[in-house]
Amino acid sequence: MEQLLQQAINGISLGSIYALIALGYTMVYGIIKLINFAHSDVYMLGAYFGYVCMTSFKLDFLPSLLISMILCTLTGVIVEKVAYKPLRNATRIAVLITAIGVSLFIEYVTMAIAGANVRSYPPQKGLFAQSVNLGNINITMQQIIIVSITIILMVLLQFIVKKTRIGKAMRAVSIDSDAAELMGINVNTTISFTFALGSALAGAAGIMVGIYYNSINPLMGMLPGLKAFVAAVFGGIGIIPGAMIGGYFIGIVEVLVSGYSNSMYRDGVVFAILILVLILKPAGLLGKNTREKV
Amino acid sequence: MRIMKKLLSIILTVIIAAAIFAGCGAETAGPNEIGIGINYELSGEVASYGQASVSGIELAIEEINAAGGINGKLIKPFKYDNKSDKSQATTLTKKLMTQHKVSIVLGPATSGAFKATIPEATKNKVVVASGSTTAEGVTSDENGVKEFAFRICFSDLYQGTAMANYALKNMSATKAVIIMDNSSDYGKGLAENFKKTFEAGGGTIVATEAFVGGDTDFNAILTKIKGQEFDVIFIPGYYNEAGLIIKQARELGINSAILGADGFGAPELVELAGKSALNNVFFSSHFSVLDKNPAVSDFIANYNAKYGKDPDQFAALGYDLVYFVADAIKRAGSTDPVAIKDALAATKDFPGITGTFSIDENHDPVKDVIVVGFKDGEHATSERVEQ
Repeated sequence: MEQLLQQAINGISLGSIYALIALGYTMVYGIIKLINFAHSDVYMLGAYFGYVCMTSFKLDFLPSLLISMILCTLTGVIVEKVAYKPLRNATRIAVLITAIGVSLFIEYVTMAIAGANVRSYPPQKGLFAQSVNLGNINITMQQIIIVSITIILMVLLQFIVKKTRIGKAMRAVSIDSDAAELMGINVNTTISFTFALGSALAGAAGIMVGIYYNSINPLMGMLPGLKAFVAAVFGGIGIIPGAMIGGYFIGIVEVLVSGYSNSMYRDGVVFAILILVLILKPAGLLGKNTREKV
Repeated sequence: MRIMKKLLSIILTVIIAAAIFAGCGAETAGPNEIGIGINYELSGEVASYGQASVSGIELAIEEINAAGGINGKLIKPFKYDNKSDKSQATTLTKKLMTQHKVSIVLGPATSGAFKATIPEATKNKVVVASGSTTAEGVTSDENGVKEFAFRICFSDLYQGTAMANYALKNMSATKAVIIMDNSSDYGKGLAENFKKTFEAGGGTIVATEAFVGGDTDFNAILTKIKGQEFDVIFIPGYYNEAGLIIKQARELGINSAILGADGFGAPELVELAGKSALNNVFFSSHFSVLDKNPAVSDFIANYNAKYGKDPDQFAALGYDLVYFVADAIKRAGSTDPVAIKDALAATKDFPGITGTFSIDENHDPVKDVIVVGFKDGEHATSERVEQ
């Protein structure tokens, strides 16, 4: 029982990271039907921005988190303006290939600047180095911080999407961008804003992973990015609460497979779930089966 | 005009031919000298290995020549840079053997390049010997031992056996957990050897967990083993993942001893794991500057005097390599390459600074392993474990 609780805590921490990344995938897909492969590299950049803030400028966690989120937001918006906007009316496959190109571009430019070797965050002091013991269950402060920041960011996101004008515009564009434009919504601004939001969340995930695992490298986004994508598809791509549920689900499944079965099956099980979901419920857990109108 | 062109081409041909033939008149060792070829990676991607090895080699040659040489003959080194390139290494081995007519060739430092030079050694019947080629099957393969190849470092997998013995004998451990890197031959081979020796010595492997290179989250497998009873954790893997496993294990409150192999021997391990997590952690190594052996302290002092820094394991192995060869030449009483080969193969209990060793039938050394222990992130202890 104790072990199960401990594993659940491990799973929720891991799931928070997947959920934050998955939100970016799902929002962008919801609004322009693009799987933005460069998203996982924005997450990687977030980790590197945080690293620079903490080592070169000796900033604390919170300022580093904010700066990292702002820089990631800028990166996301620039990527959208430079790489995707000119292709707005191109075929979807062309944009998809561009996304893969941008992803590789970011990875290898980072590698050229920062080097391919693994870097570690500076040792954490004070609050971050502590942990709480409840009997035999051990919760590190880092885990608590990851989960709380994730929840705060999700609540904030829900508020923006549901209660603000720009959120309303996002929802309108995702339902029908032509109709939205006719209603006077600036579609380009809305799309940029969506990229900005998603990238900020990915940046937050990046710096939190840097602190939690203490190890970052230019290709660190690949596997978590793929799994977050699985999480987004699992929950129903384009649906924001779906991405959150999917992220936590994948995180917990991974930990339970490693913890109670063979750890080598972990990644296999995650992708098997993706295949099963696609067969049984192609629109995802929260997705509605909509028929394509001809 | 046409005649000019012809003339020019003839001149060019002559120059090129002269350049080629000039190589044939290469310098050889004199009658009172012993020619030794040095073929190392002095530039290119693994230059740091080659440079450190050659520093150790040159220090040893200097010492031997200052003491009057071997059987009254001074060592004459012929040094070349193979630029960390396999084909360059092979060409240089050939050049050293056929043109400089050396009695033995030392190097290259890396397994791949060293292996590439072995056919040339066999063809010319001159030994190639290296101090740092740790891959499996360098000096022997399924067709048997390679007659003209020797090494004086233990292989990667040998350390699995050594650490199992360390756990059994020095730590009196009876129960062990293995967390292995399942994506490298290094990790799998080490785990296999550890398990074999540990179980043969009466120990039990309580659990075997696996990960793949690049993983960062080990909390799940660590939580799983936390509930079990064991004395040591053996982590056959490289520092990238091992550092994170150590960090996360200590965070989860697993304080038992952690053992590893030379994959732990990088400064990055300390950065990844954090200084406070690195207590009660031990790994096997070829050489340690903490070694209390008097021969080792002399070597460290002399190395420092010549180069102004502490030697690393490559320098120590390079240094041992020269003395190992010198010992064989002395016993052979000749500079004939085949006689040297026979003497090398017959080496028994050679007292090197990286441990006392004998050469086995596969031309591998049977030698002590040095186990280095961490205290608060620093190398604090070093013990020799006899095999």
